[in-house]
Amino acid sequence: MRFRLSFACMALACAVVLGGCGKKEKEDEGAAAPANAPAATPVDSASAGSVSGTVKFEGAAPKPARLKTEADPYCAKMHTSAPLTSEEAVVGAGGALANVVVYVKTGLENRTFETSKNAVELNQEGCEYKPHVIAVQTNQPVTIINSDDTTHNIHPTPANNPDWNKSQGPKAEKITQSFAREEIAIPVKCNIHGWMKSYIAVFKHPYFKVTGKDGTFDLQNLPAGDYTLGAWHEKYGKSEQKVTVGAKEAKKVDFVFKAS
Amino acid sequence: MNAAYKPALHLYAVFTAIATFLLLVAGALVTSNEAGLAVPDWPLSYGSLFPPMVGGIFYEHGHRLVATFVGLLTVGLAVALLFVEPRRWVRRLGLVALAAVVAQGILGYLTVKFLLPPAVSVAHASLAQIFFCITVALAIFTGRWWQSEVPQVQDTGSPRLQTLALAAVAATFLQLVSGAAFRHNAFGIVPHLIGAAVVLLLIILAGRAMRIRFPDARLLRRSGAMLHALVGTQLLLGAAAWYSRVASRGMQQTPDSTIWLTVIHTVFGALVLAGTVVLALVAHRVVRHERDEKERGGELEFVGAPIGKGPGHLASSARLPLGSGKAQS
Ligand code: HEM
Ligand code: HEM
Repeated sequence: MRFRLSFACMALACAVVLGGCGKKEKEDEGAAAPANAPAATPVDSASAGSVSGTVKFEGAAPKPARLKTEADPYCAKMHTSAPLTSEEAVVGAGGALANVVVYVKTGLENRTFETSKNAVELNQEGCEYKPHVIAVQTNQPVTIINSDDTTHNIHPTPANNPDWNKSQGPKAEKITQSFAREEIAIPVKCNIHGWMKSYIAVFKHPYFKVTGKDGTFDLQNLPAGDYTLGAWHEKYGKSEQKVTVGAKEAKKVDFVFKAS
Repeated sequence: MNAAYKPALHLYAVFTAIATFLLLVAGALVTSNEAGLAVPDWPLSYGSLFPPMVGGIFYEHGHRLVATFVGLLTVGLAVALLFVEPRRWVRRLGLVALAAVVAQGILGYLTVKFLLPPAVSVAHASLAQIFFCITVALAIFTGRWWQSEVPQVQDTGSPRLQTLALAAVAATFLQLVSGAAFRHNAFGIVPHLIGAAVVLLLIILAGRAMRIRFPDARLLRRSGAMLHALVGTQLLLGAAAWYSRVASRGMQQTPDSTIWLTVIHTVFGALVLAGTVVLALVAHRVVRHERDEKERGGELEFVGAPIGKGPGHLASSARLPLGSGKAQS
C-alpha cells in the first residue's frame, strides 16, 4: 500500500513547488515616475514640416463577424436592431483601413517632449469600446467611462507596463489611468464581455495618429529630419517607411496592408 | 484486506469524484472564456455572495460556487473517513485530499490576486487534476472490489506492468503540465506534441505487455483498452483544439467551437490521467511479481493456481506457494 501514499505525497510536493514558483512570478514594480525627466526640447513651429497620407487595405475587404452578446441580456438589448460586429478589421470606402496607429518610430531619439495633460477617453458604451483603438503619450491620462447599465472590467495585458484589472459598475465614476512606458499596443479586454477588446498605444512623443474610417492620418509640427514612420494594425501587423522631412515641407506617405 | 466494504461511504466517494469532474469542466470553461478576471475580488464576488451572473461573471463565480461545494464534500469525505475507515492509509489519503482542495482554493485566489500569472494558472490547472485523481483513487479504495479477495496474476516480464503504468501516470501528468503551459501562454506547443508521443508509446507498451503477459486477466485488459480508447480520442481532440486555436487567432470573439473543443480536450486530459492512475492501481492490486515474493521471503500473499497459458496466469483463490506453482522455501 505504500506507493499510494507516496504518490499522494509526490502529488502534493509538485503542487507546493508549482505554487511556490507562482508566488515568485512577476509582481510588477510600479512604473518609473517621470520625476527627473529632462526638460522638453522645443520644436520651432515656424520651420516644422508635416507628414500625412492614407492607409489602405489591398484585396477584398473582410466581412466583419457578428458578435454574440447574449451572455449579458443588457448588451443584447442594446443591439436588437443591428447586431454588434467585430472591429478587428474595419475597411472603409476605397479600401481605407481604420484603427491603424501611424507614428514616428525613429528620428526623435535626441528630443524630449512634454506630456500632454489632455485626457483621452475610452468609453464603454453598448458593450463595446469607443474608440476601438486609442493612442496616448507616456503618462498622459486615459479616462475610462462606463456609459452602460452593466458592470465592465477593464483589464489591459501590457508587455512593458504594470498589469492591472479594475471593475467599473453601471455608470460608475470615471477611472483615470496612465502608462509610463512606450508600448505598441497594449491589448485591453473586458473579461465579463469576452468580445470587448481594444488597444492602447503608448508613445514617448506626440507624433502619432489613429486612422478613422477614411484611413487618413497627419502628423503636424514635425521638426525637419530623417524619420522612420511605423504603422501598426492589430490584425495585419506592422509596416514601416523611411521619410525625410525638410523645413516647412508637407510630405505624403501612404501605407498598404494586405491580408496576412 | 480486512476492511469491511461500506456502501454509503463508497457512494459518497464516487459522488465526490463525479462532482470534481464537473468542477474541472466549470474551471476549464473559465479559462476558455477568458473569464478568470471577470470577478476582481475574493472570497466575495463584487462584495457579495451572488453577483449578477452575466457574461464572464457567470463562469468565474459559477466555478467558485461549484468549487465551494466540492470543498465541502471533501471536508465531509475526510471527516467520514476519519470516523469510519479502519485503514490508516485511506484515512490519510482523505486528509491529503482535503489539503489539496485547500491548496487549490488558495491557488485560485492567487490567480485572481496576481492577474493570472502563467505559473499560478498552470499550478492551479495541474493541482486540479491531481485532486481529481485522488478523489477517483478514494472512490476505488472504498469500493467493494478493492476490499475483496481478487484473483492475482503473476508478472514475469520486464519492465513490470506496475512500472509501465506508473511511467504512464508520470508522462500524462507532464503532458497536462505542458498542455496547461501552452494554454496559459507560457510555452509553445512543441513540448506538448513530444509529450503526446511519449504518452501514446507508454500506453501502447502497457497494452502490449498486458496482452502478452496476461491474456486472461480480463479486468486488466479492460482497463488497458479503456485507456487506449481515451488516449486515441484525446489525440484527435488535441488536434482539433489546436486547429481551432490557430484558426481563431486574432479574432475579437473566440468562437464557441474553440471554447468547447479546448474545454473538452482539457477535461478529457483529466480522464486520461485518471485512467493511467486506475491502471496503476489495478495493476498494483492484481499483479504479483517474482521479486515481490522473493523480498517477502516465501509464503505468499497472492492467491492463485496457474490456469492460463503464457508467463502470466489468472488464478482462482487458493493459497499456494510462490512462482507459478513452484514451491519455494
Ligand atoms: C477547489 C477546487 C478547485 C478546482 C478543482 C479548480 C479547478 C480549476 C480548473 C480545472 C481550471 C481550468 C484550468 C485550465 O483550463 O487550464 C480552473 C481555472 C480557474 N480557477 Fe479554479 N478550481 C478550484 C477552486 C478555485 C477557486 C476557489 C477560485 C477563485 C478564487 C478559482 C479560480 C479560478 C480561475 C480564476 C481560473 C481561470 C484561470 C485562468 O484562466 O488562467 N478556482 N480551476
Ligand atoms: C496523450 C495525449 C494528450 C493529453 C493527455 C493532453 C492533455 C492536455 C491537457 C490536460 C490540456 C489542458 C491543460 C490545462 O490547462 O488544464 C491540454 C491542452 C492542449 N493540448 Fe493536449 N493533450 C494530448 C495530446 C495533444 C495533441 C496530440 C495535441 C495536438 C496538437 C494537443 C493540443 C493541445 C492544445 C492546442 C491545448 C491547449 C488548448 C487551448 O489552447 O486552450 N494535445 N492537453
